[in-house]
Amino acid sequence: MSSTAAGRAGATPSATPALFVAGLHKSFGQLEVLQGIDMAVAQHEVVCLIGASGSGKSTLLRCVNLLEPIDAGRIVVAGEEITAPGVDVNRIRRRIGIVFQAFNLFPHMSVLDNVTLAPRKVLRHAPAEAADRALALLERFGLADKRAEFPDRLSGGQQQRVAIVRALAMEPELLLLDEVTSALDPELVAEVLAVIRELARGGMTMLIATHEMGFARDIANRVCFLDAGRILEEGPPEQIFRAPRAERTQRFLQRVMEAGRL
Amino acid sequence: MFSRVGPLDSGDLINIGPSGGPPRVRGRQPTVLRSTFVALVSTVVVFGILVWITVNAPGWADVQASFFSATVFSNAFPDIAAAFWVNIQLFAIAEVLTLVLALVLAVLRSLPGPVFFPLRFLATIYADIFRAVPGVLVIYILGFGIPGLGLPGIPTDPFPYAVIALTLIYSAYVSEVYRAGIESVHPSQEAAARSLGLSRLQALRYVILPQAVRRVIPPLLNDFIGLQKDTVLVSYIGVVEIFRQSQITQQAKFNYTPYMATALVFIAVTIPLARLTDVLVQRDRRRAAASSR
Repeated sequence: MSSTAAGRAGATPSATPALFVAGLHKSFGQLEVLQGIDMAVAQHEVVCLIGASGSGKSTLLRCVNLLEPIDAGRIVVAGEEITAPGVDVNRIRRRIGIVFQAFNLFPHMSVLDNVTLAPRKVLRHAPAEAADRALALLERFGLADKRAEFPDRLSGGQQQRVAIVRALAMEPELLLLDEVTSALDPELVAEVLAVIRELARGGMTMLIATHEMGFARDIANRVCFLDAGRILEEGPPEQIFRAPRAERTQRFLQRVMEAGRL
Repeated sequence: MFSRVGPLDSGDLINIGPSGGPPRVRGRQPTVLRSTFVALVSTVVVFGILVWITVNAPGWADVQASFFSATVFSNAFPDIAAAFWVNIQLFAIAEVLTLVLALVLAVLRSLPGPVFFPLRFLATIYADIFRAVPGVLVIYILGFGIPGLGLPGIPTDPFPYAVIALTLIYSAYVSEVYRAGIESVHPSQEAAARSLGLSRLQALRYVILPQAVRRVIPPLLNDFIGLQKDTVLVSYIGVVEIFRQSQITQQAKFNYTPYMATALVFIAVTIPLARLTDVLVQRDRRRAAASSR
């Protein structure tokens, strides 16, 4: 395994993977977006999904969070099959956090209320306890002074950091990040990536769809290249970025490099 | 007094007067002042002509006596104002009930999935029927039909039927307003709420409805102006409210002035509500502009 992965506490794969996906198929009408995805994410592992727009990265994340019903296949989170019939989707979503490209903060609530809503209503935490925990998290990510602000008063970077804190407030076992810097102005990308790096250091298990190749190379234990709804190639970032085996991966990275993004 | 530079308001009209003299000329003010002046003159001319035609009409003396009698007005006004209390009660109760029933209907209509088809279907039929049937007919059918059944323990006083009829009619309209609001909240908001583990109902209650209701407050107020006025329709089933009271007075005095008094009362309560609606619409427009900067 790579040196970055080995250096991280608990990065060695444990017996039960945090996420296990087998034979996942998903179509929107005639368009088959996912054509059989097989993958696993170990506890405390950071896996980056790269690939062109429309390759299925976002759909994969939305399927893992059960925001999209799947057509075929199995998704297993920490040993529990979440795609089995009769599973309580609300209980599963509590364990899996997702952060969206467009932040999706609740515009009618303050930063603090955005973060405490789910702990109060879903985990039934007392308001004071939820607020204390939320403030500790906001403090950790340099947002404590924004707790009373409404989302429209924050920069994009601040909004996305609040969205990450909102997901973390549910203490998820697995965090899904869906192109979280794609909607940001270039100068705001770094502050959000810094938050994700900090989470990786803390051992958070993450599945990250991203267009930031430099970031993927730095942070990932493993990189999966998606092409037309399949994982075409996967491996440690050094191998994927320096010596991609598949011809399509080579061409994709070539294009990324020509655009100055690597 | 003239040092203020800013948007013109009605106070500036005073400045045109002979005692004030013309205000200091700065920036856009001359054009604003000129257009205000033109508007004022044309208003005075148009209304002057209308008033002149009216008071010089052959029947003006009779109309004046039967519609604008000061004595009849001052005699009738206390009774009419007292009867308006009934309209206020009708309006207040029906409004609260409408807000609740319409919200239930709107939520039923926005439930997804085949399981909820019967509920969606019923709510849709409801909105269709009560928007199709003229309000007066609903009031007649309920107000005379239900007591006519002669069921034991059922009230004979027309007031509750009046409230129920107004609620049923206006819930159909208001549920459409709510529904438009619910549909205007982007689906990503529900996705965000559900992704945190909130149930569908919790997402609706804490995330979608608060945003939806805020957006539809101006159209809601519009419907309530309508409801306020339509409270007079229940006079047909024997509720002695302001319109019925003015009818009684009119028939006693053979004079239509009580209707003018009633009209004045409605103007006095409706115009503030209409202005409030305008203010809220403007505020929403500004907010929308601010958030899409």
